[in-house]
Amino acid sequence: MTASGGDGAPHATATRTGDAPPDEHRRGALGAGASPVAGAPTPRQVVAGLKATASAEDPVQLLSPEGEFTPHPDYPLDVDADLLRGLYRDMVLVRRFDREGNALQRQGQLSIWVPLLGQEGAQIGAGRALAPQDMAFPSYREHGIAWCRGIDPTELLGIFRGTDHSSWDPAATRFHSYTIVIGNQVLNAAGYAMGQVLDGVVGRHDPERPDEATIAFFGDGATSEGDIHEAMVFAGSFDSPVVFYCQNNQWAISEPVEVQSRVPLFHRARGYGFPGIRVDGNDVLACLAVTRWALDECRSGNGPVLVEAFTYRMDAHTTSDDPTRYRTADEGQAWNLLDPIERVRVHLVRTGQADQAFFDGVAAEADALAARFREHCLAMTPPPPDRIFSHVYSEPHRQLDRQRAEYLQYLAGFADTPDAGAQVHA
Amino acid sequence: MTALDDARTAAVLPDDAPSQARPTTLAKALNMGLRAAMEADPKVLLMGEDVGKLGGVFRITDSLQKDFGEHRVIDTPLAESGIVGTAVGLALRGYRPVAEIQFDGFVFPAFDQIVSQVAKVTYRTQGRARMPLVIRIPFGGGIGAVEHHAESPESLFCHVAGLRVVACSSAADAYWMIQEAIACDDPVIFFEPKRRYWEKAPLDARPAARPAGSTFTSVVRRAGSDVTVASYGPSLPVLEAAADAAAAEGRSLEVIDLRALSPLDLDPVVESVRRTGRLVVVSEAPLESSITADIAARVTEEAFYSLSAPVLRVAGFDTPYPPSKVEGYYLPDLDRVLDAVDRAINW
Ligand SMILES: Cc1ncc(C[n+]2csc(CCOP(=O)(O)OP(=O)(O)O)c2C)c(N)n1
Ligand SMILES: [Mg+2]
Repeated sequence: MTASGGDGAPHATATRTGDAPPDEHRRGALGAGASPVAGAPTPRQVVAGLKATASAEDPVQLLSPEGEFTPHPDYPLDVDADLLRGLYRDMVLVRRFDREGNALQRQGQLSIWVPLLGQEGAQIGAGRALAPQDMAFPSYREHGIAWCRGIDPTELLGIFRGTDHSSWDPAATRFHSYTIVIGNQVLNAAGYAMGQVLDGVVGRHDPERPDEATIAFFGDGATSEGDIHEAMVFAGSFDSPVVFYCQNNQWAISEPVEVQSRVPLFHRARGYGFPGIRVDGNDVLACLAVTRWALDECRSGNGPVLVEAFTYRMDAHTTSDDPTRYRTADEGQAWNLLDPIERVRVHLVRTGQADQAFFDGVAAEADALAARFREHCLAMTPPPPDRIFSHVYSEPHRQLDRQRAEYLQYLAGFADTPDAGAQVHA
Repeated sequence: MTALDDARTAAVLPDDAPSQARPTTLAKALNMGLRAAMEADPKVLLMGEDVGKLGGVFRITDSLQKDFGEHRVIDTPLAESGIVGTAVGLALRGYRPVAEIQFDGFVFPAFDQIVSQVAKVTYRTQGRARMPLVIRIPFGGGIGAVEHHAESPESLFCHVAGLRVVACSSAADAYWMIQEAIACDDPVIFFEPKRRYWEKAPLDARPAARPAGSTFTSVVRRAGSDVTVASYGPSLPVLEAAADAAAAEGRSLEVIDLRALSPLDLDPVVESVRRTGRLVVVSEAPLESSITADIAARVTEEAFYSLSAPVLRVAGFDTPYPPSKVEGYYLPDLDRVLDAVDRAINW
């Protein structure tokens, strides 16, 4: 897989499968062995050809890797200095605390960190497209979306330090808990969107009462799970106002996206009967414009929509992963040239919309955020043991209460050695 | 000694173990066992997420794709129902698939296939079709992981007739049990104690050292006379430590490794309880409706008049697995096992 496939230059044509001709899906003959006809391609060659065609699909792009802006006819976006500087600041701050998360794990302060490095454009673009009334369902890498939903980065630490499973209120923040079981949240999002339809908060077109939409975040690997297939079936059946936002970062741990699909992922939307769009996931403006369009479609009752943000996981899968075992450094270097932050910086400089003071200011703000993030992490204390028993049910239950009481009484016997019960022995 | 007795003691190496017994991690032993099975039978396939080039997130399948090829060590799409469902089809076609589920908490998308097909094909077809497939699941807590990476779902599978459910606890058992699981014509849910993957124990991998009988049996790890303590997988070292600590206080614990969780091999447990009169069963899984309850009920029934105390259980609590910073409180540890031993003795 080449890093630059389709990402090179800005393109004017939207690749929306809803509009594609009906014969667009070609079929290979995987597994049929050698070609029966001399000179005809073997099944493997057919598949290779399909993949080559796939990677030539041009994503929607507004800002090229060189920092050149070209408006897009289908996804208009009013771009001014405030917007650009805001998006730049978002991305820099998110990247900075993400790097701090990695460092904290290396220093033993977190048991794991899930880096978003490289996906800042895909996340800040989508995150800033959300309106306050929209609902978002993240997987586990969506630190940039969390940021846009107003979740303080320190709120993310508990999951990775092991002090909680989730700390924010999903309803108040309109940001569901991080979901680790691949694909689960996408069905949940489809159901939430069904609720929005039942509640009549879709397609009202009343400026007094803004319509709502739901967005579900998942990866390229996740698209193979039955849950996601079922989510798309349900959303299609009920015209649900849900944006399926797939961050295709090319890898599912060690498996390249080719293991998951013979067609570009956004093409799948067509099979479910709704539009699919591939967007340059390293172009924050394109991600913003396309996601805004997709959410608008959903809010006005034209959902669902699939958006494939074509991006790259620049770091390891998690801090437990060793990507040198399965991918080459060349690949990463090619994608470095497509960095989502750098192209905005270049554009800001070139167009004179930001000066050095601005960049220095953002850098200083990022360092301060990282310092606060770190301090907060170091100060986090483990929860008390009775946390194990809390909120298992919505109200107390006698049997569990008894289990808790007996256990706490047992622990009290170790009062002289408060940590005695906390050791995993042997 | 009968062949079965032989099998039950084979994993216990004498202090003067022959030089062929090498200190081996449990992870490496599984890797060696998989390799041996693949060499012995070309129909053995490995499949799962990241099992190929990466060698699995725990490296259990390390180097196997390199040595056996992409057709025998298959990186599958990210879909557990897909992995198990296609493994069923491959088994129907004469293969012996070994499916890896990456973590305990991720087996549930496959649960339908496991309950509805894997477990029932033999019964439904009156033995005309067989399900020689193995589903490997790293399980248990204690590794400081995020949610869904530390669960003990074994009882969910034990409740399903037609599945064999086993758990290994040592390098030697890992090596021989995985081979027996692969050779078995029934589906085997093979639980691996992930927090013990990197612990070393002697492994004699010579064919001559192959256990004479089945390894899907309960085995006495350490003889004792006061209280029987039984468990499986990750808690075995906790029991061994408890036996050491109890010995220092003049109490003699008999340690049993259940190994087979379904069908259970309870005869050795009952026989032991007839001598000790006391039984403590240990498991990381929640207490309610767990196999520990099954063991307690059945031992009570079979050895009622030998019991000097009720069968006691030390387990996780009836809660979801907690955040890892409190898992030390959740997991049965040395102190909780000894506390139960005391209670059994002082009953
Ligand atoms: C049901 C399930 N199976 C397996 C896993 C283990 N796992 C965690 S992340 C991951 C890869 C996900 O890849 P992708 O969907 O592309 O998302 P990315 O991590 O690249 O953002 C896997 C296999 C899981 N969390 N849930
Ligand atoms: Mg991915």
